[in-house]
Amino acid sequence: MDFALNEQQEMMQTLARDFLSDEYNDKMLKTTVEDETGNMPELWQKLAEVNLTGLAIPEEYGGVGDFLDLIVVLEEMGRACFISPYFTGVVLGASVIIETGSEEQKQKYLPAIAEGKSIVTLALTEETGNYTPDAVSLKAELKGSNYVLNGRKLFVPDALSADYIICATRTKEGITLFIIDINIDGFSITPLKTVSGDKQCEVCLNDIEVGPDSLLGEAGTGWTYLEKVLQKANVARCAEMVGLSQQALNISLDYARERMAFGHPIGAFQSIQHRCADMLMDVDGSRFLTYQAAWRINECLSAAREAAIAKAWVSQASKRVMNSAHQIHGAIGFTQDHILHYYTKKARFNEFSFGDAAFHLEKIGTQ
Amino acid sequence: MDFLFSPEEEAFREEVADFLEKEGPKEWHKKKVSFFDMSGQENWIAVHRDMSQKLGARGWLSLHWPKEYGGQELSPFYRLILREELAKHHCPGYHSLSVDFVAPAILLKGSEELKKRHLPGIASGKVMWCEGLSEPGHGSDMAALETYAKEDGDSYVVNGQKIWTTYAHFADWMFLLARTDRQAQPNYRGLTFFLVDMKTPGITVNPIINMAGHHDFNEVFFDDVRIPKENIVDSVNRGWYVTMAVLDSERTSDLGYAIASTLLDDIVAGAREMGMLDSGDKVRMAELIAECEVARLTHYHVTYMQAQGKDTSYEAAMCKLLGFESIQHVAEFGLKVFRNYGLLSDTSPMAPLYGRISSCYLRSFGHSMEAGTSEIDRDIIAQRGLGLPRLR
Ligand SMILES: Cc1cc2nc3c(=O)[nH]c(=O)nc-3n(C[C@H](O)[C@H](O)[C@H](O)COP(=O)(O)OP(=O)(O)OC[C@H]3O[C@@H](n4cnc5c(N)ncnc54)[C@H](O)[C@@H]3O)c2cc1C
Repeated sequence: MDFALNEQQEMMQTLARDFLSDEYNDKMLKTTVEDETGNMPELWQKLAEVNLTGLAIPEEYGGVGDFLDLIVVLEEMGRACFISPYFTGVVLGASVIIETGSEEQKQKYLPAIAEGKSIVTLALTEETGNYTPDAVSLKAELKGSNYVLNGRKLFVPDALSADYIICATRTKEGITLFIIDINIDGFSITPLKTVSGDKQCEVCLNDIEVGPDSLLGEAGTGWTYLEKVLQKANVARCAEMVGLSQQALNISLDYARERMAFGHPIGAFQSIQHRCADMLMDVDGSRFLTYQAAWRINECLSAAREAAIAKAWVSQASKRVMNSAHQIHGAIGFTQDHILHYYTKKARFNEFSFGDAAFHLEKIGTQ
Repeated sequence: MDFLFSPEEEAFREEVADFLEKEGPKEWHKKKVSFFDMSGQENWIAVHRDMSQKLGARGWLSLHWPKEYGGQELSPFYRLILREELAKHHCPGYHSLSVDFVAPAILLKGSEELKKRHLPGIASGKVMWCEGLSEPGHGSDMAALETYAKEDGDSYVVNGQKIWTTYAHFADWMFLLARTDRQAQPNYRGLTFFLVDMKTPGITVNPIINMAGHHDFNEVFFDDVRIPKENIVDSVNRGWYVTMAVLDSERTSDLGYAIASTLLDDIVAGAREMGMLDSGDKVRMAELIAECEVARLTHYHVTYMQAQGKDTSYEAAMCKLLGFESIQHVAEFGLKVFRNYGLLSDTSPMAPLYGRISSCYLRSFGHSMEAGTSEIDRDIIAQRGLGLPRLR
């Protein structure tokens, strides 16, 4: 048993923390939340320069580090409430290609992701907003050796800043994945305004015709791959939530030490202290669950149970932490000017992303 | 980072499991007796003592002690594994008060003579101890305790009363925190830690029955009880420091999560058999599985810190609080699942799981009190862990 980060992980942690504190201040957070597209070419280039865009991509495709390194970095991104296409490109897009891609496809897409030249998004959910195979209905029909795609995807992350889109479709064999240049004719993309500032879009596909080289994996096998990717994505969301909660606790503690009432700092009052104690237990507990699941994934051990437990618990814990953080701040934490609401909104977004607590509890219950 | 046990640790787990299959009380395993609920069983003290000696004979009550006192200098994870298996096998015999409170106190602060005299008895599982801290007037505010020990020649003479003294009715020895200086400022500097033979004249033990109907704790009266000076651990007026040095060991001794997880498994198996698990129950079950997992990893983390020789303080409080509260939540779930059946008393033949449901539920009310209340645990976490100021 070993709970410590190794040298490489500590290095990644410092690198990410320093990078974000230098490059991403509260003002930028505000701007990125308000911006419609989420494009950030300059910052993205800087991310690539320190190799963060290549995290967990195999070295032969220009990447560095492993999944645990990525988790450490995502926790830091949570602490900074970093709103960007990072999760989409480096966690989602890259993972699908690593899981499903042929050698040729990997050569084509992964180095470009690692170098920060390309962002690949994943279009999975549709009208129901569910992350289950039966929720995928967008049609892909054979036409000669090509496929023609028609239909509508919802809650597609960062479609406006992406270069490629991986689309989960239904063919006669079952669920089939395609990777397509998002700038070709036939795509219409409409941003959905979210409260968290995450850039989600409606993407309509109108007679998009693609060749067999667009196919990721074999036709009909899409869900087996997606399941693996979703497991990683869930644990990755947990890592962000750990960071979000940790930071919400930190700013609450600062406030509890300096805000005076009745002649004492409010942090001396027991009801505030006990809230803080519960927050710490939630933050630490969330971190243990997240790293356990991530470590198992990294070691190629079964992690379905651990990932589901993590997502279920961390989602609920982050909700409790955010609620307490607001309560400790009084009215000031209820304002647009204060930073806290960004954290709360992002945490709720993460909770619902790839299945909420109830969804994962159900999974644990049937395992 | 590594979330697995080493091959040696896994081998030890198997050895323990094999041993408990063969040597554990089979009737208890069948009836799924929970560690904190064992006093509901017939002849339980004899079974507990017998099992304790079997564990002692294997050297399992002194796994992480120094070799010179009969230990094996193994990492604290071995103790944790042993206790996980004991919980899983519904097996008694691990007398936490002796093994994880008195023994470390003597090891850390006792004289060479006290070590030689008392450690072998604890390691063998033959000598059982009880803990005399709480008094009727002073529970959480332990530093204010009043039981008085007056110097008289080569001994001290004790008068006063302790309460909630678990297992005092069969313990062989007590470790007693008593006041030796009434003027000390602050008051905790006037306390001394004594080892007391329970057969000493002047000690009276009266039962107190808990709300589950069982006899675990007692009130203990001291009427001119004479204790030789060599039975002082550390020195006079240093008792508070001795106690503080081992409170974390006590807080991390009982594995709340392991007891809770076993109870949860038992409840679910029993409910499946009776066809009583509805979909709402399943969701709640999943939440509890997650809760036990958090408590488990928190306990592993503290054990990891102990293995590294790091000081724990708020981490131990966190671990006790999460573990013990998880038992409460699971016990409550048992009642929810079995509804009317769950409330049948443990003497009713129709009670599911041999009455464990109502009995564990009622017993669980004590878990947020014993070994420090949940409120005090949260104070420790906030003040020592997060550095928040104390209100004076
Ligand atoms: C099953 C069981 C076994 C036990 N075994 C033993 C034993 O073997 N030996 C032994 O010495 N003792 C034992 N105890 C006693 C236990 O240590 C005490 O119950 C505990 O320390 C609390 O003391 P109290 O009951 O006097 O409650 P009090 O200290 O009077 O507390 C009452 C309530 O006030 C709260 N409170 C107190 N101070 C504060 C504060 N500063 N801030 C906020 N809230 C506060 C408490 O949290 C609690 O909710 C046992 C108790 C139980 C339930």
